[in-house]
Amino acid sequence: MTTKTTREITLPTEPFAVNIGPAHPSTHGVFRMLTTLDGEVILNMEPIFGYLHRGIEKLAEERTYGGCVPLTDRLDYLASMSNNLAYVLAVEKLAGIAVPERAEYIRVIMAELQRIASHLIAVGAFLNDCGAFMTPILYMLREREKILDLFDMVCGQRLTYNYMRVGGVSQDIPEEFAPALKKFLKEMPGWINEYEWLLKENEILLARAKGVGILTREMAINISASGPVLRASGVEWDIRRADPYSIYDRFEFDIPTGKAGDCYDRYRVRVEEMRQSLRILEQALKDLPGGEVRSEVPHLIRPPAGEAYSHIEAPRGELGFYLVSDGSIAPYRFHVRAPTLINLTALNDMMRGWKVADLILIFGSIDICLAEVDR
Amino acid sequence: MTTALSGARIAKQIGKKFPEAVIESGADSLLLKAESLLEVADYLKKTPGLDFAYLNYITAVDYYDYFEVVYQLASIQHNHGLVLKVRCYDRQNPTLPSVVGIWRGADFQEREIYDLLGISFEGHPNLRRIVLWEGFEGYPLRKEFL
Amino acid sequence: MATQFLPPDWPGNFWAHWAVFTVIILVFLLLTVMAFIWFERRAMAIMQSRLGPNRAGPFGIFQPAADALKLLIKEDVVPAAGDKVVHWLAPVVAFVPVMMVFAVVPFQGGALLADLNVGVLYIVAISSLTAVGIFMAGWSSNNKYSLLGAMRQVASVVSYEIPVVLSLIGVILLAGSLSLQQIVQAQEIPFILVQPLGFLLFFCGALAEINRAPFDLTEADSEIVAGFLTEYSGMKFGLLFLAEYGEALAISAIVTTLFLGGWRGPLLPDWLWFLLKVGAVFFFIVWIRTTVPRVRIDQLMALAWKFLFPLALINLLVTAVEILVWPDVSLWLLVPVNFAVMIVLVLLWSKLFKLGWGRVNV
Repeated sequence: MTTKTTREITLPTEPFAVNIGPAHPSTHGVFRMLTTLDGEVILNMEPIFGYLHRGIEKLAEERTYGGCVPLTDRLDYLASMSNNLAYVLAVEKLAGIAVPERAEYIRVIMAELQRIASHLIAVGAFLNDCGAFMTPILYMLREREKILDLFDMVCGQRLTYNYMRVGGVSQDIPEEFAPALKKFLKEMPGWINEYEWLLKENEILLARAKGVGILTREMAINISASGPVLRASGVEWDIRRADPYSIYDRFEFDIPTGKAGDCYDRYRVRVEEMRQSLRILEQALKDLPGGEVRSEVPHLIRPPAGEAYSHIEAPRGELGFYLVSDGSIAPYRFHVRAPTLINLTALNDMMRGWKVADLILIFGSIDICLAEVDR
Repeated sequence: MTTALSGARIAKQIGKKFPEAVIESGADSLLLKAESLLEVADYLKKTPGLDFAYLNYITAVDYYDYFEVVYQLASIQHNHGLVLKVRCYDRQNPTLPSVVGIWRGADFQEREIYDLLGISFEGHPNLRRIVLWEGFEGYPLRKEFL
Repeated sequence: MATQFLPPDWPGNFWAHWAVFTVIILVFLLLTVMAFIWFERRAMAIMQSRLGPNRAGPFGIFQPAADALKLLIKEDVVPAAGDKVVHWLAPVVAFVPVMMVFAVVPFQGGALLADLNVGVLYIVAISSLTAVGIFMAGWSSNNKYSLLGAMRQVASVVSYEIPVVLSLIGVILLAGSLSLQQIVQAQEIPFILVQPLGFLLFFCGALAEINRAPFDLTEADSEIVAGFLTEYSGMKFGLLFLAEYGEALAISAIVTTLFLGGWRGPLLPDWLWFLLKVGAVFFFIVWIRTTVPRVRIDQLMALAWKFLFPLALINLLVTAVEILVWPDVSLWLLVPVNFAVMIVLVLLWSKLFKLGWGRVNV
């Protein structure tokens, strides 16, 4: 009886659809969320993407194996080095090419620097989505700038590096690189502490991000989530440890994991990963051997017919390349296992029942790069 | 290091339960019959000792005569991997069962394969184009699409 | 005490006073808002390790003027399906109350347009009218983001008005008057020391009412783009923007008058003290903006009703009891007592109060 009376006095409301994106400051690119809202509460969210689809998988079928490296730069443009690495590892696996020791170390250094640079953007953008007006992201861009300077030093590029080659890297690191990296390694822990002092324990951030957008452990595994998203849900699964590629089995590092799988854990995991990357960088720089940086590889690589899948722990998750060769100079099939595309699978479940403000936060905490989602 | 489980061993193991399922077993892969894909996948996911709870990726390759869909599985618990392959010989109207019910991670990837190669997955909850727009003609990743 | 600042022999006593002060308020408002926009951008830039506007004039001080010129010559776009009359009217409705607030703010002893004996009440009544303009803007834009922003604005103003008013009553009790002029004159020591809790509650509530961080949900640029401003362009946008900064200026002026001792201060001329204090309060607002993230709408409501409202009631009760029990005691004695009360209450409430999780089952 009481419920009936409540229904009588409740004002009738109806859900309405809002398009968040494709052009929206917080969708990190051209991403559209077709949300159904009841007031501020999200009833349903349908992700729509493909605005940045360039057909990279098809384009690659028309290029030589070496010529595909620049294409991989344009997948996740915030982590081009990692993309390069994943691709050249796949080609090397397919063609059975050995890589000189020094090149392996340089690759690891680049990949870890890239991870820090990418996480800086991820964390900064996440805090910006929380509404911390520009301050955290600008602080983090300041340090990312230093990493870009280092990249600039080795390959002359700041965004699309095209640095890795099948069988090594394009050129040796210049003399001034090692001192500059040392200086960076010395300064960076202090900078990370600075970001932590800014917001780590901030009451508003805790209230906004703790318990919000929970991805449970079972769900995270079931949707094939990877990278910080998976680890924040409490799964200790890092490909660097689980399936070591390159020379990652030589380094000591921890795998930070979260417990609850909420936005706050994803943020914490990323910050801790930056610290671990610094540890790897220190070890790699210390052991850096001399010698060649590129093995003798023919200009046109003709891997034997067959297939290979090689994956790495990219900043955003498991980035893999599945290559099929028919013995010619171009890949017969070039498939990218894009971590960000797959991490988006459970977005609707994570967002349902939360408010518009949380939608932005949850989306930001997954950290996607639309160029990789759409390919 | 993720150990790649031997296809032959797994084939023997599941041979008792699903005698018809495996067509061919490679070093780290199994070529399955399309009809028995779901049963085998479910078995692989739920059998203790295998526990393939994690689906790395799905992709499809156009080999002119047939489409081959590749499922890379991993077990986080035991740190081992396996590749499943299924072939689809019908070019006009290729159809395969959807594994979304077993691994939800297949959701977007099956949609992508549907979008770019035109293989429909039966039982997919929301099989629509994902990167191209509705009404786009042809399937770009097929070899005859230029 | 002389409440009339102007010499009595001005021709047409009342009208001259009115004309002079209206012009002063207009000029003061426009110039100060422009200065504050420049100041906010530069101060924020320094806090965020970047440069900020530095091209137009020395240190970029002409940047706001350049922006205003740009806005003036921009095309005015009105949404095709919008409510055109309301869309046109909204910036005016939002801006006028902001200007009217300054009518009762004393720039120095007696230098004010009207020394109303219900000054505080007048401010409270007028300043919340801006919300109507903002709601009109959100509604008439026929845009869902704008509507969301407008709804947030109305919700926050309705909730925050109560703790804001309650926290002001403590000051009124102490001063024994509603006139801002007399409140300033009553401040032998700034009331921020006597009413620390009242100041905190008022400042918090005021930030929410004028949509400044961390309560800037109305225009949350990372969520609903710019809320009610989304569909505005040209000078209408300029006017809404002006209204917003005017509100921030008004709140700074009110805080200065009610809690920081208004124009009173040693050595420097009175009006300069007033401006300096207003600038300091505004700087504090900017500082908060660059520091903290934004709260969510349900947390905003929870903060108003579960935190500010009870504390404002208790503060009012404590102040009233103090004035009843020790009517003639020195204000200095109340300072430690009230600080102790504030610390205990805030600590207690921060234990009791949680911002909440906000998940709804759907």
